[in-house]
Amino acid sequence: MDVALNWYLALSAVLFTIGTLGVLFRRNAIVVLMSVELMLNAVNLTLVAFSQSMGDPSGQMLVFFSIAVAAAEAAVGLAIVIAIFRSKVTVDITEINLFKH
Amino acid sequence: MAAPPMFFLLATVAVAAALGMLIARNPVSSALWLVLNLFCIAGLYLTLNASFIGVIQILVYAGAIMVLFLFVIMLLNLSALPELESLDWARIGGFAVGLVLLSQLLYVVALELDLGVEPVSGEMAAQVGSAATLGEILFTRYAVHLQVAGILLLAATVGAVLLAQRRFE
Repeated sequence: MDVALNWYLALSAVLFTIGTLGVLFRRNAIVVLMSVELMLNAVNLTLVAFSQSMGDPSGQMLVFFSIAVAAAEAAVGLAIVIAIFRSKVTVDITEINLFKH
Repeated sequence: MAAPPMFFLLATVAVAAALGMLIARNPVSSALWLVLNLFCIAGLYLTLNASFIGVIQILVYAGAIMVLFLFVIMLLNLSALPELESLDWARIGGFAVGLVLLSQLLYVVALELDLGVEPVSGEMAAQVGSAATLGEILFTRYAVHLQVAGILLLAATVGAVLLAQRRFE
């Protein structure tokens, strides 16, 4: 395993952690969704680094499908945020407690 | 495999942009920081010689998904939410979870697991990451997966339209 690959993996770990902190700390539902996108990107970076280091294109195909799924996830997630905003007029996740009764 | 100065420049900007997204109060600033971060990751893909994924990253993520986010922020006309001032236990717990996660991930990286494969040369990597190689494998070995991804995107589009249209009481 060469040194360059380790740097990429370490960067990916840092970005994933920042994404996790965003999901845990932020109260705005849209920013939480953006943090999820950041975590997906960190994992994609790992996959591409391994794929290029091993010379196997399958990893990049997985990244390709992961980007497609991320697009679908963003569309559905934002539609849910819009639906919640229509009924509760807020995107604060501490006030969205429909199931808490 | 990569030019180190370019990697360190892009990595620093990527981490700084991610932190900016985490800290920024205004959701629009958060989205713009994330766009910068996505561009840096696309640059990192290019330093890895993965040209196809780098271009897809800019087109789909920075181009389409972030525009969707910005449209929704604009549509909802959001102001910055008041942040919690007090240092509550949930926040301290969140920091602890983040620290544990980061140390665990970096520990696994530092172990230097033996993958049993030799790293390939730059020309070989550029050939693997090119659109020609990936296009060929996409339409032969992963043709069924491509169809499934298409159906998934169609279902997501229909679902998003229905969800955004519906009016909950």
